[in-house]
Amino acid sequence: MPQDIQGIKDHARLFQDPEYQALLQCKQTFEDRPPLEEVARVAEWTKSWEYREKNFQREALTINPAKACQPLGAIFAAAGFEGTLPFVHGSQGCVAYFRTHLTRHFKEPFSAVSTSMTEDAAVFGGLKNLIEGLENAYTLYKPKMIAVCTTCMAEVIGDDLGAFITTARNEGAIPRDFPVPYAHTPSFVGSHITGYDNMLKAILSTLTEPVGRTGSNGHINVIPGFDTYMGNLREIKRIFGLFGIPLTLLADNSDYLDSPNDGTFRMYPGGTPLEVAAQCLNAEATFSFQRYTTPKTLEFLAEASGRPTLTARPVGIRGTDEFLMQLSRLTGRPIPPELEIERGRAVDAFTDSQAWIHGKRVALYGDPDLAMGLLSLLLELGAEPVHVVVTNSNEEFETEARALLASSPYGQGATVWGGKDLWHLRSLMFTEPVDLLIGNSYGKYLWRDTGTPLVRIGYPIFDRHHLHRYPTYGYVGALNLLNWLVNTLLDEADRRSITPSKTDFSFDLIR
Amino acid sequence: MRQIAFYGKGGIGKSTTCQNTVAGMAELGQRIMIVGCDPKADSTRLMLHCKAQTTVLHLAAERGSVEDVELEEVVLTGYRGVRCVESGGPEPGVGCAGRGIITAINFLEENGAYEDLDFVCYDVLGDVVCGGFAMPIREGKAQEIYIVCSGEMMAMYAANNIARGVLKYAYSGGVRLGGLICNSRKVDREIELIEALAEKLNTKMLHFIPRDNVVQHAELRRMTVIEYSPDCNQADEYRALAKKIINNTDLRIPTPISMDELEQLLIEFGVLDDDQKIAHLIGKTEKELAPV
Repeated sequence: MPQDIQGIKDHARLFQDPEYQALLQCKQTFEDRPPLEEVARVAEWTKSWEYREKNFQREALTINPAKACQPLGAIFAAAGFEGTLPFVHGSQGCVAYFRTHLTRHFKEPFSAVSTSMTEDAAVFGGLKNLIEGLENAYTLYKPKMIAVCTTCMAEVIGDDLGAFITTARNEGAIPRDFPVPYAHTPSFVGSHITGYDNMLKAILSTLTEPVGRTGSNGHINVIPGFDTYMGNLREIKRIFGLFGIPLTLLADNSDYLDSPNDGTFRMYPGGTPLEVAAQCLNAEATFSFQRYTTPKTLEFLAEASGRPTLTARPVGIRGTDEFLMQLSRLTGRPIPPELEIERGRAVDAFTDSQAWIHGKRVALYGDPDLAMGLLSLLLELGAEPVHVVVTNSNEEFETEARALLASSPYGQGATVWGGKDLWHLRSLMFTEPVDLLIGNSYGKYLWRDTGTPLVRIGYPIFDRHHLHRYPTYGYVGALNLLNWLVNTLLDEADRRSITPSKTDFSFDLIR
Repeated sequence: MRQIAFYGKGGIGKSTTCQNTVAGMAELGQRIMIVGCDPKADSTRLMLHCKAQTTVLHLAAERGSVEDVELEEVVLTGYRGVRCVESGGPEPGVGCAGRGIITAINFLEENGAYEDLDFVCYDVLGDVVCGGFAMPIREGKAQEIYIVCSGEMMAMYAANNIARGVLKYAYSGGVRLGGLICNSRKVDREIELIEALAEKLNTKMLHFIPRDNVVQHAELRRMTVIEYSPDCNQADEYRALAKKIINNTDLRIPTPISMDELEQLLIEFGVLDDDQKIAHLIGKTEKELAPV
């Protein structure tokens, strides 16, 4: 049936029409599909402890890992600098996916180019592609900096970015002094957070090289890490403004990924000015808000600047308290009274909702630092983390997470599952059910399977709008997180009392 | 059409053996194509009397894409109508030669190079270091593998390794080992040694090619022995090998052996010394071993 222009059906409804149903029925004849009872039996079996044990013996297969690949993190970092064009040496398809992935989350255009490596470039090496690509990108898009990273294809054949870029300069494709930081970012190593670290370190070492250390400028550097909450960057700037402390954000992609619509398209909105970033070795100190996303960058800054590098996670009351006190100690400035009032509001809100959250069993997954922040928040709310899945985990994180959980009576029942994927989490949630799941949009499949209500926190979130515009940091961020958590639980309470005269028999408005 | 491939340690004489044998097969009226799978592109020079023919990948690089290459440009006809093609590859130190071979063979298949042939003969670079160089063994390609070797230790080590590669694809793609070809290096008891190795690998020594300077003389003139000196003994050796390959029906799944077994074999034949006998020498410098 052709679609009716007045009432176009999306695919979910369209394929329910009789002619498509008949077609699907025919198709089954060729699919060698087992009988429906058998499918149902196996589906039931996958919920068992027996299957869980088999599932955890998996060695050579990953199903729905909670991570993305290195270049995604690399171009995300690059977009935080003024006039910077993320440039990926590799195949077009990869880069199309990175752009789409970021655009679907932020609902903003994302400009990144590739060197369009094809089969021939794979055989002969990508030198020619890189030189022509740099020349075209420089001429067409007039960037102030081109940040180069790679896809697997260039990495497997071992293309040498450093030598290639020097050759490009010698051949006049780009000016000799034009900044072209580069990072090797093979997707088969690490995850998006590794790529973020590699690219940021490359950018900072390139920009600071001609400037170096000239003496303190009184600034504090803050590295947000792979933080997809643009509200967080604004909240950091606001907090530093209230303190009156000069801030250098490394890097600030908040205007790029949440830009105002004023009718003019800008290819490179906002970003940390290159001149400011070049001064980062002269800052008083550096805060990383994602320690496990930025180990190499922190090591570089510590060595090159000789100034302290600190970790903070201003999530929840305790996390924000600690950060503000650290900042106050470091700079000798008092904590602004506005923030004390905000703290009071957040504490009040926490006590208001505490009855609904206390004792709730929670499963969560995400990047290591995100998980740390959420665990701290859950424990102070009296919720009980049970399953903590971090695909791109590391030993140091696991030790820190276990110590945090051990420090609270609410953390005693939790297990940190490093390197596991969402199919492992499915087994965990069926055998040891929880009240709430925290994760990105892919958690929807677990919600469908297990019926556990999902709070969308993390990246990517494609199927809900505007969440990235809110902060999760600071006391204001704590309120937002609380809002998402408690209202999801209340929604679920309503959903469970929806059957008239069966589950809905009282006059209690709250459920 | 039968597809066969010659493998063996680098420098063992694969290309020479392959072309001389193909010349013998062509004499017997077989229609053959040689596919050189080595970036050096020296697998067809004796057939074409030239240094190195234009390769598939060289033209692809010039044109910008392999789709812009025509079959007639890269398939040349040499001695007795043997069709010759070279895959070529990147400059040393860049790109991916393995991927190059995959690209070239796919190009030949898609453009119908494999029509009207009795034999396709792959001559593969010595060290099969990645999947690209195993391309001719993979599904739907060569069904018969001939390993060129000699009685030297490293040549036998390589032969055993290639047998492992063949075994890897034997059950999925149906590739089989056709036999060992001993290209003599005048090692003591060479025939018995290679026959013993062949038995352990569950195959046989198909032919023993004696060492003869006429091969070098012919090579200097960029010719096969069969063309350069058709009446010499060596020409007859290659003819005999050609006949054996044409009539070979004894294709086996190889049984590669462990390093220990291989060393044991070499000890038996006196190529290596027994570990126990030399234990007191291992890791000792000249000075340490000097009589006091």
